[in-house]
Amino acid sequence: MDQYLIILLYIQIALCFFCLVRIIRGPTIPDRMVGIDIFGILVVGICVILAVLTNRMFIIDIGIAWVILSFIGTLTLAKYLGGKKLNE
Amino acid sequence: MKHVALFIILLGLWLLLTLNLRTANMLAGITAALVTTLFFGRYFVTGIRKFLEPMRYLWLLVFLVIFIWECLKANFDVAYRVIHPKMPIRPGIIKVKLDLKSDFAKVMLANSITMTPGTLSVDLIGDILYVHWIYVRTSDPEKYSEFITSKFEKYIKRIFD
Amino acid sequence: MNEILFKVLLTIGVVFNLFGCIGLLRLPDVYNRLQAATKCVTLGTCSILLSLIFRFGFTEAGIKALLGIPLLFFAATVAAHALVRGSYHFGVKMGDQSVIDEYADHKQESSQKEPKED
Repeated sequence: MDQYLIILLYIQIALCFFCLVRIIRGPTIPDRMVGIDIFGILVVGICVILAVLTNRMFIIDIGIAWVILSFIGTLTLAKYLGGKKLNE
Repeated sequence: MKHVALFIILLGLWLLLTLNLRTANMLAGITAALVTTLFFGRYFVTGIRKFLEPMRYLWLLVFLVIFIWECLKANFDVAYRVIHPKMPIRPGIIKVKLDLKSDFAKVMLANSITMTPGTLSVDLIGDILYVHWIYVRTSDPEKYSEFITSKFEKYIKRIFD
Repeated sequence: MNEILFKVLLTIGVVFNLFGCIGLLRLPDVYNRLQAATKCVTLGTCSILLSLIFRFGFTEAGIKALLGIPLLFFAATVAAHALVRGSYHFGVKMGDQSVIDEYADHKQESSQKEPKED
């Protein structure tokens, strides 16, 4: 186990809490959605550092799948914001 | 033609992601690529022959170097604006006229603009791209495109258009 | 050598993520927040993914991480574009420091047209 990587992992997790602050405080709904979007990207970084720390490579697969799922979620929420139908 | 190209690209992506040449894996990849091609093949880009011209790949390399340099500049720019105690921002939404024809080239230009210093593409209607700029440097509409698109447009025209 | 490059890239990635998240908290309105956060966090995560290639070389994990970079890039830019367009149509006002808004003219035209289409 590498001490330096653990520190970086903790910093990355603290950044997720920054996003949570924005999600809770955000004055409008789009602000909260920006927080959710950025949260999804930060989780990929956490997955990569965890994969190096624990030496289990399947965690990188989880990260790549997380990118796609968070992308689809954000697109759906953004369509809802624009007030359009989903099949357009 | 379009469907075959999409099928080959998807199968290559699957094999790179799994790195495994056993029969069961190949069968799963071929099935998934076939289903995806049947449903979404008609949305794929037009003009497949452009993939076969070698000059476009050379220009792509030049474009990538310039693009990565602009990305790094964008990040230091944002870091400066965020850390500065007064936050020097002067935001606004402006419109730029594009000179590209194919849809794929327009999308690539919009994506590149999103990653370059201080700009974020908002909407694309016909030939006009609306851009959110974090620090509007000039008030002259003639000079907008000089600051925003001129760095990438000539390369993207050679690569994707 | 590879180990040092791995750690340097990882640190650069985490530091850029830090700048992006500070921007998410400090900037005044949703467009500027989205701008700072998307740029910094995307490049930071790309740098973290790129660092894996120096740790593992061109093995299964390294190639997966390399494939993740263009995927993440397209996903983040398209999501930012959809979010900023959605929040404009939702009716979020631009901040007090804004100087110009040329998109407003277009939005008025299209909102006058819409009732006729229905």
